[in-house]
Amino acid sequence: MEQQYIDLYTAHHESIKKHSAPAMNGLRDASFAQFEKLGFPTVALENYKYTDLKESLSIDYGLNINRIPIPVNPYDVFKCDVPGIHSYLYFVVNDGFYPVTDPRNTQLPDGVIIGSVKEVAATHPELLKDYFGKLSSTKEDGLIAFNGAFAQDGFFMYVPENVVLDKPVQLVNIMRADVDFMAVSHNVIILEKGAKAQLLVCDHTVDEVRFLSNRVTEVFVAENATYEHYKLENTHNKTTNLSTLLIDQDASSNVLANVITLHNGVTRNMIEIDVDGEHCETSLCGMVIGDKNQQVDNFTSIIHNKPNCNSRELFKYVLDDLAKGAFTGKLYVAKDAQKTAAFQTNRNILLKKTAKMRTKPQLEIYADDVKCSHGATIGSLDETALFYMRQRGISADEARLLLMFAFTNDVIENIRIPALQDRIKMLVEKRLRGELSKCEGCVICQ
Amino acid sequence: MLEIKNLHANINGKEILKGLSLSVNAGEVHAIMGPNGAGKSTLSSVLTGNPAFTVTEGDVTFNGKNLLELAPEDRSREGIFLSFQYPVEIPGVSMVNFMRTAVNEHRKYKNLEPMSASDFLRMQREKKELVEMDNKLANRSVNEGFSGGEKKRNEIFQMAMLDPKLSILDETDSGLDIDALRIVANGVNKLKRPDNASIVITHYQRLLDYIVPDFVHVLYDGRIVKSGGKELALELEERGYDWIKQEVDGK
Amino acid sequence: MSADILQEVTQNDYKYGFTTDIETDIIPIGLSEDVVRLISKKKNEPQWMLDFRLKAYRHWLTMKMPEWAHLNIPEIDYQSIAYYAAPRKNAPKSLDEVDPELIKTFEKLGIPLEERMALSGIAVDAVMDSVSVKTTFKESLGKLGIIFCSFSEAVENHPDLVQKYMSSVVPYTDNFFATLNCAVFSDGSFVYIPKGVRCPMELSTYFRINAINTGQFERTLIIADDDSYVSYLEGCTAPMRDENQLHAAIVEIVAMKNAEVKYSTVQNWYPGDKNGNGGVYNFVTKRGICKGENSKLSWTQVETGSAITWKYPSCILLGDNSSAEFYSVAVTNHHQQADTGTKMLHIGKNTSSHILSKGISAGVSQNSYRGLVKINPAAENARNFSQCDSLLLGDKCGAHTFPYMEVNNDTAIVEHEATTSKINEDQIFYCNQRGISTEDAVGLIVNGYAKDVINKLPMEFAVEAQKLLQITLEGSVG
Repeated sequence: MEQQYIDLYTAHHESIKKHSAPAMNGLRDASFAQFEKLGFPTVALENYKYTDLKESLSIDYGLNINRIPIPVNPYDVFKCDVPGIHSYLYFVVNDGFYPVTDPRNTQLPDGVIIGSVKEVAATHPELLKDYFGKLSSTKEDGLIAFNGAFAQDGFFMYVPENVVLDKPVQLVNIMRADVDFMAVSHNVIILEKGAKAQLLVCDHTVDEVRFLSNRVTEVFVAENATYEHYKLENTHNKTTNLSTLLIDQDASSNVLANVITLHNGVTRNMIEIDVDGEHCETSLCGMVIGDKNQQVDNFTSIIHNKPNCNSRELFKYVLDDLAKGAFTGKLYVAKDAQKTAAFQTNRNILLKKTAKMRTKPQLEIYADDVKCSHGATIGSLDETALFYMRQRGISADEARLLLMFAFTNDVIENIRIPALQDRIKMLVEKRLRGELSKCEGCVICQ
Repeated sequence: MLEIKNLHANINGKEILKGLSLSVNAGEVHAIMGPNGAGKSTLSSVLTGNPAFTVTEGDVTFNGKNLLELAPEDRSREGIFLSFQYPVEIPGVSMVNFMRTAVNEHRKYKNLEPMSASDFLRMQREKKELVEMDNKLANRSVNEGFSGGEKKRNEIFQMAMLDPKLSILDETDSGLDIDALRIVANGVNKLKRPDNASIVITHYQRLLDYIVPDFVHVLYDGRIVKSGGKELALELEERGYDWIKQEVDGK
Repeated sequence: MSADILQEVTQNDYKYGFTTDIETDIIPIGLSEDVVRLISKKKNEPQWMLDFRLKAYRHWLTMKMPEWAHLNIPEIDYQSIAYYAAPRKNAPKSLDEVDPELIKTFEKLGIPLEERMALSGIAVDAVMDSVSVKTTFKESLGKLGIIFCSFSEAVENHPDLVQKYMSSVVPYTDNFFATLNCAVFSDGSFVYIPKGVRCPMELSTYFRINAINTGQFERTLIIADDDSYVSYLEGCTAPMRDENQLHAAIVEIVAMKNAEVKYSTVQNWYPGDKNGNGGVYNFVTKRGICKGENSKLSWTQVETGSAITWKYPSCILLGDNSSAEFYSVAVTNHHQQADTGTKMLHIGKNTSSHILSKGISAGVSQNSYRGLVKINPAAENARNFSQCDSLLLGDKCGAHTFPYMEVNNDTAIVEHEATTSKINEDQIFYCNQRGISTEDAVGLIVNGYAKDVINKLPMEFAVEAQKLLQITLEGSVG
């Protein structure tokens, strides 16, 4: 499986570099060497025990190494904006930043830079030099190494000191191709001291071919900065989404990451939040609604390296049919991270006998003055609650729905953009009702 | 209104009701008393269709309909209301959403339009006063974090909202202090009309000081073994159940 | 809490560190097919047993030591270990024939072989190094049809039972250490409880590692036939040694229809000194199967010893309505490392399991809980509840929890809760204010913390376990 990519790189690394940026090329050969050594991860690895990528990786995907423009204008066809929320809207088509920006986006606050990594490499090389690969290059992981070798571009956002983005930034990833396609991208997000930003990442697929996305996102949150990261996955079941989100938190910063999988094929979200300063707040939430033969593995770590920080983690899964869910939640408290308060919860509901859930919370604690806990449950809907509701005249189906919705509700409540919260509530309800959860008015998805 | 004939029911293969018969007419209040384990709560579960119980024999008709054929929600919509002995906590489902869904499902069953939000809120406000229920409770999740008394009041509030023909109060007095008991009983009495009926299941006579029954039945070993007027309750209070057990077991 | 107190109280020396001067019969160090044959020959084993050992040995050569545990295991040279040591004298027939030195050793441990055991109604099968020395109460148990003897005797006298059940729960290919045990095991205990018999007393084995550089590889097999009941106690101590000693045991339990087996362990192998020198490496494979309907298996363990503990007493819930419990207290101090927990495999319908684990870490030790709860697709209405708590007594130790839950049936309810916290200073202060020293306060609090598990032990053991907790930890507060 690896060999075709090794051959591809060996034959075409010149073109790959030519169509990328120096900051990205700097780490490329080393990443490739790492990939040659590690290969793609298999279930034999403890960290990939519950994600079997063999089938997804056996497909012969095309890569757009020569960066041929994709003939689609997302602004014409994409009306997926959340009603009532004004955002700075950007598109990535496959793994390329869509160059034409929405006119509304011109009112970005002073100093804020949003664009493609490649473009920023030319205009602000110093920014990329300091940050690109800083978190990802330390990881020993076959998927991250692959990304380092093949990613040629990505989304870039920079928020300067004390600048507050008044509206969320919305990044819509559209997968569009006529043949089975692999997109490889590497995003960089930088918040300087005291900056505030919210990013909403939406994943969509347009064509009925097989897609594989390998995306690495590095986020740097400086002192006192506040960052919210929302990811809404709503793709088709031929999509394999391999996403790595690495967040580094400096002192007194506040980070919320909320990843919601409404519809997908195979998803692996690796999320690691490194808390590297004191007095940080960290929230990591997620929700999965899976049916048919969907697979979702959220592999998360919160690493407390400094004292006096709080973190909360909450993941909920509702699995039907043949869906397979996996959750790993590593809570690591380093020796000196005293007074850490870290709480993790994972709750899962299986609606059918054929659905499967694997959960692996873990606490690794090296400091003594801490309060840490985790709780995990796997079960089905509460029969006594169902009967109670039916006794009040609510039909069995409606009662089930209400319970499922209530079950996922506390994840939705962790969305701090009210309009987005309403919108996701509506989407989740539709999804649970078995109606198509495609965004209303979205022409592309039809 | 309700006609139970020779009802047999079990849970996990264990027979609890062993040929129970009872008939209840509109306007009547029936008290069912009996020692622990007699099958009092099983009766309420079976009448409301709790799937944990299996009926093996007997008939139950409710206003001419075969009750045992109906799904729990349809029994509710036909007008049977159970005030649970242990009201269930449903985290994440708000009282308002829960109640509005229930009320509108009842209306749909009667081919009525769903209630407008403002009408619903007005009705909710009225009914809440009946049981002196705190406004805050309505904004919380169903029964979640309610005290024992609040839960029972919430049951009576729901009863008022759904306006049942037959209400079954299962040990509604258990865990209530005297003030809460009075409030709950008042609520029940205010809802009493000539065209509806109640079955009050209780272990103690205390509640019957407030909700005065027309008939008192003693349930023992899955059957009604003795029936009488409200004076029977007083006698039970005084003498306990042992004499009845002896009477029955001696036969 | 001041650092002085911490040091003072965590430097408590191992109280059971003494060497018994008994002549022992030791095979030269090293492991080869010849050594396996020699062990078998010394024990006069039948051919089928030798074949089993050789099959395991050959498989072992293809295996690698597992690395997934949260342990830092120094390289073990399997060629520098002696694989067999037996007290030279032949098995004694009465107490008078037992080597007086040996009896003294047991007395120092607080387990006089006869009287006190007789009073407390315990039948003891004492294992000194590798060979079972004496079994008490054999006769009275025999009247009930209960077989309680050394493994070697069982091979000789009950070959049909041994052949039927040995390695039926832990196959010889199971894992590196279990396979090694299959090749070189020296002795152990054998228990058979016939149909319908409730064993009237607690059966007990005391294991000790004594000779220098000998690994101890005992194996225990317990079979509880239909409608029977037995409670089995295993206690372990090892004298102080500078060299690390390898211990790789196997315990197999078979519970047939309606049978109930309780297995309790107090493990107090030598943990090494406060600088991390010496200590026992304890790699144990313990597994039981609830084979018949309504069978019940309960593991209770108090782990206070060993430099390294690698141990997951597990249960296969095969019979419908069977249930299993795992109660554990694991204490680590100084440089000790423990990676322990359980596996509950639900296969039958209406099976239930309950896990309660209490970890206590002090010094610079590392203490991990690792547990798997797996619900197979056919296991309708399976229930599991797991609770894993960790208590930290110091800022240089680590406490870790690695639960795995794999659920393949929607009728299952699986719940897991875990907490990690440090010892409550308000509680210590409260005790201090009432005149209780910090050391005693910690002992009290830790015992309170572990109470739910210790209460599951038979009385005699519970008292010893409480003492051990106190000795291991006295006042280790950070």
